[in-house]
Amino acid sequence: MNMKTITFTLNRKEQSFDIEPDETLIDLLRRTGHTGTKLGCDTGMCGSCAVIVDGRAINACILFAFQANGRTVETIEGVGDFDSPHPLQTAMADAGAVQCGFCTPGIVMTAKALLDEKPDASEEDFKLHLDGNLCRCTGYVKIKEALLSCSSATGGES
Amino acid sequence: MSKRDFKVVNQPLRKIDAMTLALGKPSYVGDFKPDDALIIKMLGSPHAHARITSIDISEAEKMPGVHCVLYYGNVPRIVHTTAGQGYPEPSPYDTFMFDSKMRFVGDRVAAVAAETEKIAEAALKAIKVEYEVLQPVLRIQDAMKEGAPIIHDEPEARAVIPVPYEPKKNMAAHVDMEIGDLEKGMAEADETIDFQFYNHYGQHCPVEPHVSMAWVDREDRIIITTSTQVPFHCRRIVAQTLDIPVRRVRVIKPRIGGGFGVKQEIVLEDVVAMMALRTKRPVYWEYTRAEEFISSRTRHPMLMRLRMGAKRDGTITAIGLDCHSNTGWNGSQGLTVVCNSGSKMLPLYRCGNIHFEGTVVYTNLPAGGAYRGYGATQAAFAFESAMDEMAEKIGMDPLKFRAMNHIKSGDTSPVFRALGEGREGVDQAITSCELARCIKAGAREIGWKRRKPHTTKKGRYRRGIGMACLMQGSAIPEIDMGAATLKMNEDGSFNLLMGATDLGTGSDTVLAQIAAEQLGTTLDQIIVYSSDTDMTPFDVGAYASSTTYLSGQAVQNVALKVRKQILKVGADMLDCKPAELTIEDAKVVRKKGEGQVTFSEIALYSMYSANQFQIGDISSKIVHHSPPPFAAHFAEVEVDTLTGAVRVIKYVAAADCGTPIHPKLAEGQVEGAVMNGICYALTEEYLFNDKGRMLNPNFGDYKLYTLSDLPEMKTILVPSYEKTGPYGAKSIAEIGINGPLPAIANAIHNACGVRLRTGPFTPEKIWRSLQAGGEIPFEEGH
Ligand code: FES
Ligand code: FES
Repeated sequence: MNMKTITFTLNRKEQSFDIEPDETLIDLLRRTGHTGTKLGCDTGMCGSCAVIVDGRAINACILFAFQANGRTVETIEGVGDFDSPHPLQTAMADAGAVQCGFCTPGIVMTAKALLDEKPDASEEDFKLHLDGNLCRCTGYVKIKEALLSCSSATGGES
Repeated sequence: MSKRDFKVVNQPLRKIDAMTLALGKPSYVGDFKPDDALIIKMLGSPHAHARITSIDISEAEKMPGVHCVLYYGNVPRIVHTTAGQGYPEPSPYDTFMFDSKMRFVGDRVAAVAAETEKIAEAALKAIKVEYEVLQPVLRIQDAMKEGAPIIHDEPEARAVIPVPYEPKKNMAAHVDMEIGDLEKGMAEADETIDFQFYNHYGQHCPVEPHVSMAWVDREDRIIITTSTQVPFHCRRIVAQTLDIPVRRVRVIKPRIGGGFGVKQEIVLEDVVAMMALRTKRPVYWEYTRAEEFISSRTRHPMLMRLRMGAKRDGTITAIGLDCHSNTGWNGSQGLTVVCNSGSKMLPLYRCGNIHFEGTVVYTNLPAGGAYRGYGATQAAFAFESAMDEMAEKIGMDPLKFRAMNHIKSGDTSPVFRALGEGREGVDQAITSCELARCIKAGAREIGWKRRKPHTTKKGRYRRGIGMACLMQGSAIPEIDMGAATLKMNEDGSFNLLMGATDLGTGSDTVLAQIAAEQLGTTLDQIIVYSSDTDMTPFDVGAYASSTTYLSGQAVQNVALKVRKQILKVGADMLDCKPAELTIEDAKVVRKKGEGQVTFSEIALYSMYSANQFQIGDISSKIVHHSPPPFAAHFAEVEVDTLTGAVRVIKYVAAADCGTPIHPKLAEGQVEGAVMNGICYALTEEYLFNDKGRMLNPNFGDYKLYTLSDLPEMKTILVPSYEKTGPYGAKSIAEIGINGPLPAIANAIHNACGVRLRTGPFTPEKIWRSLQAGGEIPFEEGH
């Protein structure tokens, strides 16, 4: 094997990892215990693997791990916990937007990237930014409700 | 309709696992993959129909890191069905773990278990296979032709229940039913119609593809953790295919990432179990998205002929439905799906002369399976399109035509007895039906009154409104069984152990609500553990819209038994009779006068103080009815007559599911099913080449809708009270998916006069129909 070492900030902590050159970011994340990032298609077409890299939501299945070198990566594990959930997580749970929940981390990460940059995101903004996130369970009605409730323009505080 | 003052049922509570999942905590099969798991990869057949003439696995076996290669030469040849149904299964036994005959592009040739995915993939390439290529059967009509290639020519293929099965004619099942006399009914009619419809291939597309893992524990038992809707059927079928006793297998279902029917099928578990046995290592297999499309299961495509006769006063005199269902390379769920095409739609309108016939054929294409709607989706398209066409012929408003004919509370239908699931059905009278109110509420919401005939519409963009009425069932009567165990803990909490299987539908929450309501406590006091064949009692699993209605009754019954035990202990402690006591807010209190003990005090007393015993019990339930939920759906669309593109502007679904135990989850079931139905109607489509290879097995070329495609969507829950159900509940999970095809087809017709009989409703089909003056010649699609 042809291991290389990379270093990046993962959930606010600088960490180093030995990786294979062709390893994807999602494989690295999942094998190091960050299993909240889900694999739904492995081709960049479902959004269930979305993580935030330098402030932008990116599908971790089509990013090589080495591309994260020197950057800042945020996964669902870094966003909230039982005692301090992110408002998006609370909103999704309360709206009934979490059915099987497999799409939820990706949707939370994608929406968070948008709200971090634009706390007053509009419905159109959400539609545009979440166009790559598939959910087969909910029909998006309650997801939309949850997201809108987190924007300062359409609901609560971000 | 009796109203009750519910405390936990029918309340806006948070789904019990919602936060865990939103936080991304390890929950699904893939999250528990052991570090030392071997990875399984499968070599798929490049041919739709072929025989392996030689296969050499020796190179692959020798590769470093490869631990096992399985193929037909080194596994038991045991014929079975992959359908996760009750025993004996109504699906034919026509499948082997591995076979030398290939029946679709992607069929199992050989599986490799290796240290890494890369090694496994390299090993697949090292397997040398030669094939004798046979002529593939790719259309329903071709499968039935005299002299067609025989797909299941193996001597073992057989039906295990007494139903027609003729594999030599590519016929996987047949069913028919006559009530009255169709010809007579047609003759009595003022107007008749006779049309063909075709339902296309579609896939469930759970965002989590199938995934399974297994290991052998220190007692030599096989522990399978898998994304299944049917853990108990899975255990039975794995034991059968490996020829080992059921007691050696344990199946655990953790959270799963959606099912919709596709995980009611044993597609991975036999191989992971065999690999674990052979290698004595943990093994892990997950489908790629492409494999999920091709090798898991699909909706059964159906070719349907619909005949109807009606008088000008709106009386329906005859209904004839002939279905030819394509079950693909295996017969999984073929018979029961087509039975449901009849039994879940034909009782909807009163009629004395009904003919139904269903024929299921094998082809060399992906296999059909259980898919939300289960045959009713197919029939609803034909039937509800035809209702509009007949209304137009007799000059009646389609809403009025439906309203005057649909089944009502107190009615029965001869179809219920005539047609069951692969056998005779069960008589039942409708005890709760608020379809009339669904129609009214939905019509008001969509603005039915503004609906104008298409002939009055002009301009490039034309809008139209269409509707459809629907029914389904709630569990399979006299067949399905669910069971639950409940026990009390020191702090007054309870463990609820159930075989019932939550696919993300929220059934763990719904069932815990039922337990809490019956016990007189709160939802947070119920600790749910479900779907583990070692730990929980039996349940058929999550299918046939059964969980709330069937498993819900098992839970209600066991909670009632435990409630009685609690009252009895309370009576001991308070030195009175149980009849003098009641339960309020997790306390046993005297109905009159002073005196109370908390649940916690009762539990402690029963464990440590006097007459010690474990407060707890088990209950099983089979049901004798399958009360249908009802729904009226309305769609408003806009057709661009220049391009043929159609856009859904608004969709209204009004549904009667009895008491919604959890209204938000019930709405969520409707919304998810409707959205799935809308994109199935408009974009989802399998494209095959002339050799039977699927050309678009990915989300780039098989379009699912996203948030940005969401039309204005309105769900109206119209409550009824189903007295046989738990707290008045019926089912809701499936019915919603049946509406969009006919409602949108009818709306398109109302917009621009185009009648579509083959899905999906692509711009090309609409544009060609417009050019042809309303309709293009009927064609069997894919
Ligand atoms: S798994 Fe990365 S986009 Fe689907
Ligand atoms: S909740 Fe299941 S895919 Fe979104």
